[in-house]
Amino acid sequence: MSSGTELENENELPRLRWQCRRGMLELDALLGDFVEHHYLQLDGHQKIIFKQVLNFPDQLLFDYFFGNAKPIDKDISHVIERIRYAVTPNN
Amino acid sequence: MNIAQRKFDVLVIGAGGGGLRSALQLSQADAKVAVVSKVFPTRSHTVAAQGGMNAALANVSPDNWHWHMFDTVKGSDYLGDQDAIEYMCRAASHLVYELEHQGVPFSRLDNGKIYQRPFGGQSQNFGGDQAARTCAAADRTGHAILHSLYQQNIRAKTHFFDEFFAIDLIRAEDGMILGALVLEIETGEPLIIEAKTTLLATGGVGQLFRTNTNAHINTGDGLGMALRAGIPLEDMEFFQFHPTGIAGRGMLITEGARGEGGFLVNKDGERFMERYAPHAKDLASRDVVSRAISTEVREGRGCGENADHVMLKLDHLGKEVLSKRLPGISAMVQTFLGFDPAEQAIPVFPTAHYTMGGIPTDRYGQVVVPVEQGEESVQGLYAVGECACVSVHGANRLGGNSLLDIVVFGRAAGNHIIDYLKDNRYHRPLVSDGIDMAMQRLARWDKKGKGESVAKMKDEVQTTMEKYCGVFRTQDVLDEGVKKIMELEQRMADVRLQDHSKIFNTARIEALELENLVDLALATVSSAAARTESRGAHSRIDYPDRNDAHWLKHSLYYKENNRIEYKPVRLKAMTVDTFPPKERVY
Repeated sequence: MSSGTELENENELPRLRWQCRRGMLELDALLGDFVEHHYLQLDGHQKIIFKQVLNFPDQLLFDYFFGNAKPIDKDISHVIERIRYAVTPNN
Repeated sequence: MNIAQRKFDVLVIGAGGGGLRSALQLSQADAKVAVVSKVFPTRSHTVAAQGGMNAALANVSPDNWHWHMFDTVKGSDYLGDQDAIEYMCRAASHLVYELEHQGVPFSRLDNGKIYQRPFGGQSQNFGGDQAARTCAAADRTGHAILHSLYQQNIRAKTHFFDEFFAIDLIRAEDGMILGALVLEIETGEPLIIEAKTTLLATGGVGQLFRTNTNAHINTGDGLGMALRAGIPLEDMEFFQFHPTGIAGRGMLITEGARGEGGFLVNKDGERFMERYAPHAKDLASRDVVSRAISTEVREGRGCGENADHVMLKLDHLGKEVLSKRLPGISAMVQTFLGFDPAEQAIPVFPTAHYTMGGIPTDRYGQVVVPVEQGEESVQGLYAVGECACVSVHGANRLGGNSLLDIVVFGRAAGNHIIDYLKDNRYHRPLVSDGIDMAMQRLARWDKKGKGESVAKMKDEVQTTMEKYCGVFRTQDVLDEGVKKIMELEQRMADVRLQDHSKIFNTARIEALELENLVDLALATVSSAAARTESRGAHSRIDYPDRNDAHWLKHSLYYKENNRIEYKPVRLKAMTVDTFPPKERVY
């Protein structure tokens, strides 16, 4: 398992950056900021989970971040919280 | 250069609700349809439309389509075309049922009928009691519509080009549209998509303004393509603002926050709305609150280091009330601002929300341009949804009418194209000039060397538009805005990309989006400077009244020489009497 800053290939980050373009401004802000400044700090497993998260429908992601929904999967829940924490000012 | 080429009957650019509704109609009629989308289709901005869709089903309160038509005409401040509005309101009920059959799970009443909620601007009996007309699938109507339409399109074998960016329309010498040049984002390779008809459904352009509620994808790409193809844009001066967006970020803080007892204060802690609307105060209509906030900031009573916002106070309501009644707001403020609104006030500023103007069309979705006597359609080109101006929203859109607009006119355009294809069975030969012009647009970004950055220019466009073409409009302010945007347009020649790679070069896509934004900024501020009256969302401090004698007409902005022409509003409805302009009071 990788532990740090390496990427699958040189196109991984631009590809992820584009996948963070969503239908809602709130998700653009959260995911875009996270991929730009924090994604490289994830370990290999977390990076895989983050990519899974990007495949979720926008409405579900919105509910995870701002509604009452909570992911059942602990790994996904952890990544969601990590995104929220990283993007929140003063943290 | 050899460019790959594909042929379809219809090319749909944009995969939001409007594009997908058209595509579905066409694929079901056995047309060969390509949908090009710069993001995965279900990440289109339709997903953000949470409110609902108006239709006079009369499930909750007495209702009929004619009352809905009256409300829409009045809401448009009489700038809406009444034939198109009649068409939309008549079709609404049928389309709600149709969407339900396609899989949209509309919320229900206890008696099993579709639930309908009241929204602003809805009335019974032509201005009487409040109507409940908005059909909703909980708070995720746009999401439900988008996903249902996408799945139906997959079933109908629509061909999707996901993550392809449309560069420009390909035009024949006689103006007929023959398809478009698109760019595969993953490979950076161009592709020509030849089509007997092309439909633009690329959404609005909220990204014109620094503070906006729109997704980052809303850069008006279809509007930019239309302008460059010599087609004018209609009524671009009408942009809907929501009064309370998180300052500098844009995320919408619902009116419900003020409904629950929240209020606005300036830097002196003054509840300034008492001066602007002594009775309604913080619950005055959106345009009044937006202008009041903007005026406070302009007159030096703004808050913060840059004195560029006011504060929305909810802290007096207490943690319990906030978490019970406004839980989404607490989570949003905590995430983006890092504090609890039960403890601190929220910095807010009017946030750009919806583009009423757009590509002029008739009620069949055909793009129309003026000719000496009246107007004629541009052969092979259609537009629907927020990028189009049909015009059902006129100077101001009513809540619940945008989802309705996209499905009604998406379907209407689909039907019209089916008939068109019967008489136009073959592709016209492509002309190299049309392709060369589109390729030049792409090649321009291969220039190397030092220059200004795309991000900085985008920031300047957005800040300039917010300052000079926001809710506070006077001749001096708007003229200054035109001048500044023109200067930015000049500077575009010096903008350079530092990354010239091909694979997933998103910087190049952002540069192409910036070109669209600059063109649309000029269209918007120029149209606003020219209209010397206040109507709907276009509110002039120096011309506070609506002036029907002179301005009951649509603006048409042309890119060539920044020219503006006008055309009459279609006051004649299809079958019912015209609603003559009256003062718009609620």
